[in-house]
Amino acid sequence: MKISKLLTVTALAVLTTFSSMAAMAADKLRIASEGAYAPFNMINEQGELIGFDIDIAKALCAEMQVECEIVAQDWDGIIPGLMGRKYDAIIASMSITKERLRVVDFTDRYYSNVFAFVVAKDKALETTKEGLKGLTVGAQRATWAGQYLEDELADEVNVKLYGTQGNAYLDLASGRLDALLSDKFPAYNWLQSEEGQGFEFRGEELDMGDQVAIAVRKRDPLKEKLNAAIKAIVENGTYAEINARYFPFSIY
Amino acid sequence: MNWDWNVIIDYYPRLLDGVWVTLELVFLSGLLGLLLAVPVALMRASHNRWLRMLPFGYIFFFRGTPLLVQIFLIYYGASQFEVVRESALWPILREPYWCAIIAFTLNTAAYTAELIRGAIQAIPKGELEAADAFGMSRMLKIRRIVLPRAFGTVLPAYGNELILMLKSSSLASTITLLDITGAARTIIARTYTPLEIFFAAGVLYLVITAVMIGCFRLLEKRLNRHQHYKMPAELVAVDPRLKD
Repeated sequence: MKISKLLTVTALAVLTTFSSMAAMAADKLRIASEGAYAPFNMINEQGELIGFDIDIAKALCAEMQVECEIVAQDWDGIIPGLMGRKYDAIIASMSITKERLRVVDFTDRYYSNVFAFVVAKDKALETTKEGLKGLTVGAQRATWAGQYLEDELADEVNVKLYGTQGNAYLDLASGRLDALLSDKFPAYNWLQSEEGQGFEFRGEELDMGDQVAIAVRKRDPLKEKLNAAIKAIVENGTYAEINARYFPFSIY
Repeated sequence: MNWDWNVIIDYYPRLLDGVWVTLELVFLSGLLGLLLAVPVALMRASHNRWLRMLPFGYIFFFRGTPLLVQIFLIYYGASQFEVVRESALWPILREPYWCAIIAFTLNTAAYTAELIRGAIQAIPKGELEAADAFGMSRMLKIRRIVLPRAFGTVLPAYGNELILMLKSSSLASTITLLDITGAARTIIARTYTPLEIFFAAGVLYLVITAVMIGCFRLLEKRLNRHQHYKMPAELVAVDPRLKD
């Protein structure tokens, strides 16, 4: 008698704890970003994630009136982490691609990306396939730029892929790379920096119709909520205000 | 879960390219590391105090810091200095391949030197006394007694070190080299099938390790054959009870 009573009480207590935990988890939206892609996502001196992506994430959470937790995750493992339910959305300047669409869903875009080659000012070369023949060109691995180099140039050009954009910049600065194919906006940010002084954009910018959006798990209803929130912050001017903090031109 | 065998089959050739890079890295730096470790070990085992202290800083640094840090310092760190970029060494230091070889060689040599030093100090005194009684010179004693004895003793531990080296070589992928891990990461960046590809990569590492273990077994048998005693058949014939 006593034992069964004790069991019931324990079971009840356990159940209550579990259901309250589940409720808490449901209220809190976990968002992953990378933290190595200035000025979109980066880590400040206090170790916190900051940048355009993070500001957009916070504005969206405020718009949807949910509590958010933003976590840092390495780029290589960022989609596996989403599929493994470590978090519910990725706001990390991720482009919509066919391959990614097979495993995740994307919201509407929150900015549009173009590509540009970055070359040392004193290096005479043309950023065409003929001009780059036999030279070494770098990009970040698992990005649209990296895939473009592998698909379009790898037969004539020596392609080097980097784990982070920062390491690619280091090798460009040391002269190991003749040119770097990069997303234009973060490269714009780097060219403003001290290390980027000897470098410039070279050639036409490449517009591959690259749209940057938020990744969620397949068939997650979160997608529609995020779409509505993106639309709202673009219309009410919050987006333009965040844009102006980072770029003097619109990137939507 | 949908496990996709096809992705392993499709990208198998690219993983195999990675196997060659990995094998080159491990064997080249293993060999160079061994060549460097012998003189360092002899210095460490020397009776001269100054000679003994000389390689201490080097061993302390390479055993005391992570290999990843050493690779980054050599590859990304050194290239930040104008002096290095203008120097005659730049054609070598600009290549990620040679930077990896340098880092792995220095790292494994530090560990191996300590292994060999231990083995040298474990040589029975009697054998050294016997060499002196024969009037062997110092170099001859080292060549005929000290090193062959030390190699026999150090072999199992050195095989272990090479296997550790094989797995550490995956860090080469952080400086753009396409070894097994680098190739796997590049494939995953395209296919988003980390489980399948890392599984295939793991199997490849396992196979290489198995071959290495086998080779060291054979080598141990040969180098330490004096330690295996087999009673001559004539003696066993005299009294079977002797055999045991």
